[in-house]
Amino acid sequence: MKPKNQWLAEDYAEATAQFPERDAVFETLSGIPVEPLYTADDLAGFDPATQLGHPGEFPYTRGVQSTMYRGRLWTMRMFAGFGTAEQTNERFHKLLAAGQTGLSTAFDLPTLMGYDSDHPMSQGEVGKCGVAVASLADMEVLFEGIDPEKITTSMTINSPANAIWAMYLAMAERKGADLKKVGGTLQNDILKEFIAQKEYIYPPAPSVKLVIDTFEWGPQVAPRFNFISVSGYHIREAGSTAVQELAFTLADGIHYVRKALERGLDIDDFAPRISFFFNVHNDFFEEIAKFRAARRIWAHQMRDVFGAKNPRSWMLRTHAQTAGVSLTAQQPLVNMSRVAIQALAGVLGGTNSLHTDAYDEALSVPTEEAATLALRTQQVVAYETGVTNTIDPLAGSYYLESLTDEMERQTLEYFRQIDALGGVEAAIEEGYFAREIGDASWRQQRDIDDKRRLIVGVNAFEQEYPEVPIQLVDAEVVRVQNARLAQVRSQRDQLAVDAALASLREAAKRGSNTMPAFMECARAYCTLGEQMDVLREVYGVYEEPVLI
Amino acid sequence: MNDRPIRVLIAKPGLDGHDRGAKVIARALRDAGMEVVYTGLRQTSDMIVNAAIQEDVDAVGLSVLSGAHMHYFREISAALGLRQASDILLFGGGIVPDQDLEELEQLGVGRIFTPGSSTNDVVDYVRTAIAGRRHA
Repeated sequence: MKPKNQWLAEDYAEATAQFPERDAVFETLSGIPVEPLYTADDLAGFDPATQLGHPGEFPYTRGVQSTMYRGRLWTMRMFAGFGTAEQTNERFHKLLAAGQTGLSTAFDLPTLMGYDSDHPMSQGEVGKCGVAVASLADMEVLFEGIDPEKITTSMTINSPANAIWAMYLAMAERKGADLKKVGGTLQNDILKEFIAQKEYIYPPAPSVKLVIDTFEWGPQVAPRFNFISVSGYHIREAGSTAVQELAFTLADGIHYVRKALERGLDIDDFAPRISFFFNVHNDFFEEIAKFRAARRIWAHQMRDVFGAKNPRSWMLRTHAQTAGVSLTAQQPLVNMSRVAIQALAGVLGGTNSLHTDAYDEALSVPTEEAATLALRTQQVVAYETGVTNTIDPLAGSYYLESLTDEMERQTLEYFRQIDALGGVEAAIEEGYFAREIGDASWRQQRDIDDKRRLIVGVNAFEQEYPEVPIQLVDAEVVRVQNARLAQVRSQRDQLAVDAALASLREAAKRGSNTMPAFMECARAYCTLGEQMDVLREVYGVYEEPVLI
Repeated sequence: MNDRPIRVLIAKPGLDGHDRGAKVIARALRDAGMEVVYTGLRQTSDMIVNAAIQEDVDAVGLSVLSGAHMHYFREISAALGLRQASDILLFGGGIVPDQDLEELEQLGVGRIFTPGSSTNDVVDYVRTAIAGRRHA
């Protein structure tokens, strides 16, 4: 057999002279060049023992558990939330009845930005892209009939994460749950908000301080809770490449670890509860490689750079969500095909938890039917395709291993660039991420507009399509929500509220851990807006430089 | 006749921080030779209308992905009317279902570009619509 380069130069060149390639350039969505063929020649120097290991073994390239999906399938966790707490509670129960195995809460923008539902900035937004939670009273309704010791819940909340987590735990306490047995995940990743999704309130330094409060407090009080989900999802949605998503997310994770160590915490106390959240986009192999590279890079960083001793500290456990940004408003049913293929990539990448997008999400929050179909898609991958029967089935593929190595190499290069800028916070303030992501998203848009990249139904195979039903959020939501808020304010013990808010102010000013004060605020039914206003006063608010 | 470059304000009303679309559109219009002002995030309707009048723009493009679009289009088109600035073209983009398009048209709102729209179409639309208004 000829060596690869000789075969390409002779046989392949001869063949393409007669039958030309269909494109001038072949590359991944991230712009990594893709060769016509990969062979053993591409894996010269590849060492399975150190680069892969076995599943459940360092560096976890093949997965964090030794049994992976032969033991337990990934958690099927559909992100849901709209309208009132009552409506979302009903959707939660329906998803659980349909076979979902964990909950995931979408909050509305006022909640995400720390405003009560009746604040002037909340107008028009209450209950629109998620559920409104302004106090413990809303949290109690939201989890009515759900046992927090049995069902784990993920909460997508960042700037107000401490307050919302405290409300969740206070809700669990009131149900008589043992907080040591309450599991779930708090997103609580403020760095990617500055980098991509822009739901920040306070400046970077106090915002990161609030995150580190959870690193310190969480393992002692609610040890089964992942107090952070370091997220690449939003970075990718904002237009980054897969490599940037991987690099910036892991850089964020490393930044939190450094900050926690600066506070004097022991790495093996907190690192086992750091979790991650990645996007699964259209480029099938690149996405699989991304998950495998992520685990390997994190394991090396934690063990070799930070000296963690507990293997659980080395493991990158991750949730994944199919790419919302890949969904099209045109021919929306086609989105089901995209989601199925993305879900398959997430599973072949060894994700520990998965959300599949509904086909109608380029139009609105999903209808119940669309959300159920998206869950069914995961069930088809899990039970019908057979891909779950053996662990990391693509390992050893010449192409996939080359791509995994290349993504790792490019990620380490990004780490060097970020460090040269003075670290993640300095790079945020300097506008580095905004530029990197802005340029990448612009290139992708040009590729689509100029038809270098074809999107079915958008710039190719266009046709008329019927309207699909969409989920409407009625105006009644605001009335119900504000009525409950008014009732909370009139019925609570005002002295307890004032005392709790004073504790929070004191903790914030002193720089001590804010979590005990947030618990006191939650139990006293302080509203979210009241708590966030205290911190706005102490920390100030952040405005980013406007860049196009 | 007016042959000054077309001036466009790209605005992000409300709490939504998803600015990928707004920035891509701003860049596309600028590349097409228009003068583009981008408001940055978290603008109230008043702030947007004030900026539109102060900057003397021909068009305002609102980007809303949070589901609050009807609230902001209603408020901003009413405020433009009150300030005698209805000659400014109001158009937009984001997650907007077909069901809302009829009311937006009645409000006098121009085209709404949903996910998958080509920036070339946005540029052509703004150019044609403004040319039409200037000749009217």
